[in-house]
Amino acid sequence: MDRRTLVLLFLLLVSSSLGSSSSSSPDIRVLSAERRIDLTSSIVRVFLTLKVENVGASQASDVLLAFPPTDAEHLAILKASTAEGKRKKKIYVPLSVNPTELPDTPNGAHLFSISLRNPLKTGEAAVLEVLYIITHCLEPFPAEISQSETQFVYYHDSAMLLSPYHVMEQITYIKTPSNKVESYTRVDPTNRAGTELRYGLYHDLPPFSYSPIIVHFENNNPFAVVEELVREVEISHWGNLQVREYYKLKHAGARHKGVFSRVEYQSRPSISGVSSFKHLLARLPPRVHSVYYRDEIGNISSSHLRIGSQKSELEIEPRYPLFGGWKATFVIGYGLPLQDFLFKSPDGKHYLNFSFGCPLLETVVDELTIKVVLPEGSKNPSSAVPFPVNQQLETTYAYLDVVGRTTMVLKKRNIVPEHNIPFQVYYDFNPIFMLAEPLMLVSAVFLFFVACIAYLHIDLSIRKS
Amino acid sequence: MGAKAENGVKPTPLASPSSSPFPSLKALKLKTKQQELLIRVSALALIYVLAFAVRLFSVLRYESMIHEFDPYFNYRTTLFLTKNGFYEFWNWFDSESWYPLGRIIGGTLFPGLMVTAALIYRALRFLTFAVHIREVCVLTAPFFASNTTLVAYFFGKEIWDAGAGLAAAALIAICPGYISRSVAGSYDNEGVAIFALLLTFYLFVKAVNTGSLAWGLASAFGYFYMVSAWGGYVFIINLVPLYVLVLLITGRYSMRLYVAYNCMYILGMLLAMQIRFVGFQHVQSGEHMAALGVFFLMQVFYFVDWVKYIINDPKLFHSFLRITLTSAIIVGALALGVGMATGYISPWAGRFYSLLDPTYAKDHIPIIASVSEHQPTAWSSFMFDFHILLFLFPAGLYFCFKRLSDATIFIVMYGLTSMYFAGVMVRLILVATPAVCLISSIALSATIKNLTTLIRKKSKAAQTFSTKGISSLKASAKASLDQALPFQRNVAIALLVGAFYLLGRYAIHCTWVTSEAYSSPSIVLAARSAHGGRVIFDDYREAYFWLRQNTPPDAKVMSWWDYGYQITAMGNRTVIVDNNTWNNTHIATVGRAMSSYEDEAYEIMQSLDVDYVLVVFGGVTGYSSDDINKFLWMVRIGGGVFPVIKEPDYLVNGEYRVDKGAAPKMLNCLMYKLSYYRFGELTTEYGKPTGYDRARGVEIGNKDIKLEYLEEAFTTSNWIVRIYKVKPPKNRW
Repeated sequence: MDRRTLVLLFLLLVSSSLGSSSSSSPDIRVLSAERRIDLTSSIVRVFLTLKVENVGASQASDVLLAFPPTDAEHLAILKASTAEGKRKKKIYVPLSVNPTELPDTPNGAHLFSISLRNPLKTGEAAVLEVLYIITHCLEPFPAEISQSETQFVYYHDSAMLLSPYHVMEQITYIKTPSNKVESYTRVDPTNRAGTELRYGLYHDLPPFSYSPIIVHFENNNPFAVVEELVREVEISHWGNLQVREYYKLKHAGARHKGVFSRVEYQSRPSISGVSSFKHLLARLPPRVHSVYYRDEIGNISSSHLRIGSQKSELEIEPRYPLFGGWKATFVIGYGLPLQDFLFKSPDGKHYLNFSFGCPLLETVVDELTIKVVLPEGSKNPSSAVPFPVNQQLETTYAYLDVVGRTTMVLKKRNIVPEHNIPFQVYYDFNPIFMLAEPLMLVSAVFLFFVACIAYLHIDLSIRKS
Repeated sequence: MGAKAENGVKPTPLASPSSSPFPSLKALKLKTKQQELLIRVSALALIYVLAFAVRLFSVLRYESMIHEFDPYFNYRTTLFLTKNGFYEFWNWFDSESWYPLGRIIGGTLFPGLMVTAALIYRALRFLTFAVHIREVCVLTAPFFASNTTLVAYFFGKEIWDAGAGLAAAALIAICPGYISRSVAGSYDNEGVAIFALLLTFYLFVKAVNTGSLAWGLASAFGYFYMVSAWGGYVFIINLVPLYVLVLLITGRYSMRLYVAYNCMYILGMLLAMQIRFVGFQHVQSGEHMAALGVFFLMQVFYFVDWVKYIINDPKLFHSFLRITLTSAIIVGALALGVGMATGYISPWAGRFYSLLDPTYAKDHIPIIASVSEHQPTAWSSFMFDFHILLFLFPAGLYFCFKRLSDATIFIVMYGLTSMYFAGVMVRLILVATPAVCLISSIALSATIKNLTTLIRKKSKAAQTFSTKGISSLKASAKASLDQALPFQRNVAIALLVGAFYLLGRYAIHCTWVTSEAYSSPSIVLAARSAHGGRVIFDDYREAYFWLRQNTPPDAKVMSWWDYGYQITAMGNRTVIVDNNTWNNTHIATVGRAMSSYEDEAYEIMQSLDVDYVLVVFGGVTGYSSDDINKFLWMVRIGGGVFPVIKEPDYLVNGEYRVDKGAAPKMLNCLMYKLSYYRFGELTTEYGKPTGYDRARGVEIGNKDIKLEYLEEAFTTSNWIVRIYKVKPPKNRW
């Protein structure tokens, strides 16, 4: 027991003396922190501006961010950037963010470290812009509502920014979708004006200070959650990219209770079923063609497609309006011209450049699987995705496949619209393989005719008549 | 003309053999026989494609989907078969239907269709065609219709000649009577059964014509396929012995017949017993006794023939004949009597009775009478389904009688019996169609052949006249003198043109009927809007999909039996009754619940564990085949088992009404309440009061409907399907 603590202490000493890699908290303090929490949709977006200063003796190259465990679990995206240049030439440079661990974080708070481009010298300050997105953290209350009620949700957070550093000055703005706020926790100074709630200014907060708040407000935005999405992208070197997307959609808001009355829904649309949603918008690439929208039992006839030069929009309407807790599964499929997405890299490899994420707007995807089906005969597949994903290889069979097609499977959990950024899949492919399947068909037809000729010319009868 | 051009080229011999294509063309020139073969094969190929293509209207107009009611069950079982394999399928106990009884699928269905589709699916998969089983199911019927045209060709060739065969293939390819049951998506037993039926008949006739054991064997296998596919095999097993009997009576008994019938009957019977649903019916059921009797008669006939040959004395033979015949008849009658009395041989089934006596079902079995396709056929539907074939049919019979042979006797008997059945039940027009097409094709082929020979004779004379010039003027004059009638050639040409005009009308009529009447999936309803656009009512699938996604997986749904198969296939939920109407009491219980007051119905629903009730209602859209219009059948079927339900309670002076003047029981029964719940608040048509029922054109009588034991769970966007949730029992303390 004793020895172990000794060893730990020793390790801590070593690490702190080594300095930069895991700078311990007291070296840095936050001069000012401003948090803007956007609660207007079902996805919570937080914009955080931090001004940090190095007060330690050594250089600091990392800045730590802390999250409570519940938030860390639902954290979809965490991006940090810093502004460089002055005024008009100001550009934001992204910084790398990695999860990290420290031994003395209280209550299981999760830490992420932002690596600065230029280490902060003693006494220097820097401004960091952080965006993080949290899903599934708006809790409907009451959990069950009837058709005529509107949906209220709870938002749990802390009035103070959870930080491993000493915070000098801090303020939080919370934006709600409407000014119907049922209740909110007061941590003075607290102020509410219209759709905005303000917590702060707070001064001189010690590290890891936390003061829970609850905001109870109306949110009738569609809580559309795709529980499972499988996107199949099939490459054909004959010029087509075929995409099939299998959705398992759910309304994750307050569950629908009791009757569903069509009369009410039809005649009083403004007060009946306001939290339900009828249609969703999917943004597809331009020049999309042969779009279909169907499910296990056939075509769904209610959808509209608008094709533009920049983007195409597909408005899909599930068979029935989705109330809280109702589910719908469906498939969207479309074709795309290959030259828009398939390129050749300088080293002779082909690569597909396609958008990750879900084409539906403002939708959370719990589990996303992307299957890139490479043409038959392609070799050495590899992928480049801007965030960590699980990947594996499979073999799929389509029309006239003999050896099967190599398929790159990418899996990721908790996807938000901000994940719609391109990823690449590289592979080697010899165009001669394109001819394999036509040749197979040609030879089959040829053999058939040969068989016909042979049959007409051969007399198989035993007895001559 | 062609010959002349060739003659013109010939005088310039081998000027540039490599550049001129003519010598090679000449080498390619086919002999007449080869030409004829080529024309025949390409005509057949075109007919084959045509038969497939004409059935695709529904796919093009709607989508690749399964139609109607029964096909959904077939689709569901096929899906199970392809997923779980044949043994699982054969031993499948389906707990999703007929709750709480369940259904032994393997023992209560004809597996031929599903196995066929699954085999096609496997074959395509083996050939690396990545098709979905649904596409296979949708296109099974058109594919088999194409195959039927081939069988029709060979059959026609067998009974008349190749020309009649081609005509038969062309006629059957587009005959509406057959198309009605074989459009794409109509994935029903009949789709493959007509092919199997015609194949069996063809093989049997071939066996009778050749006396070959191989053809007999083939016909037995054809029969086996038919038995595995459709209950209509009973028609074969009665028609064939009848045909044999007729041949025996008309003195056409031959060794060929003996071989063909015995082989087909014995082997076919043994094979048919392998189908669990049929089992030992071939020796136990009254419907199959005719075949057995004829089989024994045939042995007696053969034995007598042999004795006659042995004895070689007419007098002795006659007394022997008397003794054997009487004893044989007595033994046969005794066996039949004992079998019937002990219950070993079952009496005829209700459906069979209703075939022989069209009024039987109406009086005794309301559940059979309630199905529209079991109604007697109207003249108009004959005209609709056969068109010119209706006139060609008697002409064909005339030609058949003129050239009587074993084969033509068969087709005449097939035609006459099936025409009778077609008159009894609308759906049996299907069975008559191949016979009508074949007989009509004989008339067509024979007529056209006669006419063309007349024309060609004349033109030959004309040709000789023109070539030989004045020198043969006398000869041609002689030839024209041979002709019995004046203007014969012109009349022949006129008749030929008339015939082709009629055939053209037939083709137009068939295409029109197919596209207008027989290509609607009936799941998706289409209508024209006021602006002329196409409006689609997809309410059925909306409701079924809602059930599938938003109810507990073990929920039990009560609905009228028409929708049972669709709910299990598309909604994936357990149903109380479905389209397999094997248990009349169970259906009557549901009928009783629908026609009782809500509290009484609640007790029945509680006893059946019902969670949801589904009704179909057309009052908003004007869809007339809804549950209110079917309601009297529910009352009748329910009242047939439970005398509490009386039909007059729902009628006012024998009239069925839903408006203010309706019977009080009608206005408060469960079906009425569920159909019209909160309908009184809705304005359906401009200028009409609220609660105006568009399907029946009246304002409803009870606008203030309160539900006590049920609550509205879902109503589709056009109100066609309404689903109610049964509330749990109230807490008593």
